[in-house]
Amino acid sequence: MPAHNPIFRSPRRRSVLPGFGISAAITSLMITALVIVPLAVLALRAASLGPTEFLAAAWTPRARAAYAVSLGASLTAAIISSVSGLLVAWVLVRIDFPGRRLLDALVDVPLALPTAVAGLVYSTLYVERGWLGRYLVPLGIHGAYSWLGIVLVLVFVSLPFAIRVVQPVLESLDRDSEEAARMLGASRVQTFLQVIFPAIFPAVLTGFALALARALGEYGSVVFISGNMPFKTEIAPVLIVSRLEEFAYAEATAIAVVLLGMSVSLLVIVNWLQQRVARNSQ
Amino acid sequence: MNRRFLLHSSSSRTFAQAIVTLLLVAASGCSGSSSTPGGSANRPKAVELLNVSYDPTRELYRDINAAFAKHYEQEHGTAVTIKQSHAASGSQSRAVIDGLDADVVTLATWPDVEAVAKSGLLRPDWQNRYDNNSIPYHSVVVFVVRKGNPKNVLDWADLDRDDISIITPNPKTSGNGKYSFLAAWGAARAAGGSEDDAQKFVSALYRRTPVLDTGARAATATFSQKGIGDVHLTFEQEAHLEVDESKGSLEIVYPKRSIRVDPPVAVVDQNVDRKATRHAAEAYLGFLYSPEGRAIIAKHHLRPWGDSPPPPAAGETWPAIETFDITFVAGDWNNAMKKFFGEGGVFDAIYQPNGGK
Repeated sequence: MPAHNPIFRSPRRRSVLPGFGISAAITSLMITALVIVPLAVLALRAASLGPTEFLAAAWTPRARAAYAVSLGASLTAAIISSVSGLLVAWVLVRIDFPGRRLLDALVDVPLALPTAVAGLVYSTLYVERGWLGRYLVPLGIHGAYSWLGIVLVLVFVSLPFAIRVVQPVLESLDRDSEEAARMLGASRVQTFLQVIFPAIFPAVLTGFALALARALGEYGSVVFISGNMPFKTEIAPVLIVSRLEEFAYAEATAIAVVLLGMSVSLLVIVNWLQQRVARNSQ
Repeated sequence: MNRRFLLHSSSSRTFAQAIVTLLLVAASGCSGSSSTPGGSANRPKAVELLNVSYDPTRELYRDINAAFAKHYEQEHGTAVTIKQSHAASGSQSRAVIDGLDADVVTLATWPDVEAVAKSGLLRPDWQNRYDNNSIPYHSVVVFVVRKGNPKNVLDWADLDRDDISIITPNPKTSGNGKYSFLAAWGAARAAGGSEDDAQKFVSALYRRTPVLDTGARAATATFSQKGIGDVHLTFEQEAHLEVDESKGSLEIVYPKRSIRVDPPVAVVDQNVDRKATRHAAEAYLGFLYSPEGRAIIAKHHLRPWGDSPPPPAAGETWPAIETFDITFVAGDWNNAMKKFFGEGGVFDAIYQPNGGK
């Protein structure tokens, strides 16, 4: 927050940090090379189609079904990751137990593991003959080649983000206010809902947004566990690959543009929510 | 991890800088892309070739490369090393088009090589450069079943039974999947069925396909390691690998007739002229037609082109199978791609909620 007292405002508004010019140049060059140019190429390729062709490529019933699978599974996975990520972060920060540091280190494993490996291992576990599948499939729980399977691997790849974002906020949480709340007669539930939760909610939302973004972009693990059945478990990136196989670059990018548009809108909404919450809690 | 980095546009000043940089990058990219082919006719002392191929030929080309390197050094005194690249055929084709420096391409389907030709990297007559339309070996689509063939699957008609589930990769993303689809269609037609009968047959077949893997090797894992499905449709040479790996839990069934799989090869003209590797690259593909090359090909259960092909092993014979080719199924590949695998084609219709007959 800037100081509002006019006495402290320097007349030329110089930045306290030196080297604005060079750091801005490096930053803009990097963003250009890594983000803007690829996105511009994406837009250009898609723009080589006319509006009707674009719709014909990107808005077929099959494509709409694939967007629904992609968005639905990613949202579900991000919600699960946020809730369970909060729990894991809570345990890691507040409870001291043997093996805590090991568990803390294990949280990052999904970030390092090639996700195709995760997809293969999960599907092998949950098929009818698999270690878990042989008990779950008779109960009607199909964890491989199903929508549930997609959610499972998406939780796997997105959980670290949900945990790592909430963890430092929990660590820096002021315990005095919790104690004060308890001494003033608040119940445990009240303390959590009215003292702790408002403080960590913005971080939980940030974790949710990161988990969602990660899940939406995932391809490697999903193709191995989803079964890729059109209209049921086919995610949008698989459709993109199908169109590339036909050397239909423009049509493939059209689908990519729609998926990107949906993802960005979702992230913007989450971001807006997060800012509102942050403002209200001040 | 700063999420805002991603979501908020930077200040207008840095945005303007970004636009300027973007224009500069674009301008420099346009001017620097033309290249001139080196016209040197002198052959160097050592040559390196890159063969861009598809998944199931890994083992084949490991043996071919070793044999060819020896052969070429004896004949011409030049040492050759051959590098290999394997992935799904379609994505390999795109990689070459986008600049992967291949000297030769040995891909799964005609459209994959033709796409490289259309990009200008091959001369349009690439098909006529080697015998048999530049197809040095072929394969057939066969059935892999569980040991003892418990469901008694003997021919294509058995795949129409309700109790049979089938594993085959997605024909939209896999060359192996395309051939299996075309084999099923062709088999229905060859047995005297109409177009409608063929469509009913493939629709029923794919409705009992519980998983559509994106590539051939993933489908093999689904069938052999995860134990899903009763029949796996795949190339003969891939079926042999799968059965050998399974330690006796799988076996091959030859249907009465099947499609002939024709993987073409080509020298990438633009690349070999620039790198001055044409002589070695042409000799490399020519080697596939030599007696030594044919013997190695046969050993890997691919059927070499030409009269009296060598057997896969001494004392063995090639199992007899009636074959039809793409001409019988669809006229030509362009037609097949459009009719069967194009957007809104026969394959898409199978999955329309109320279509597909």
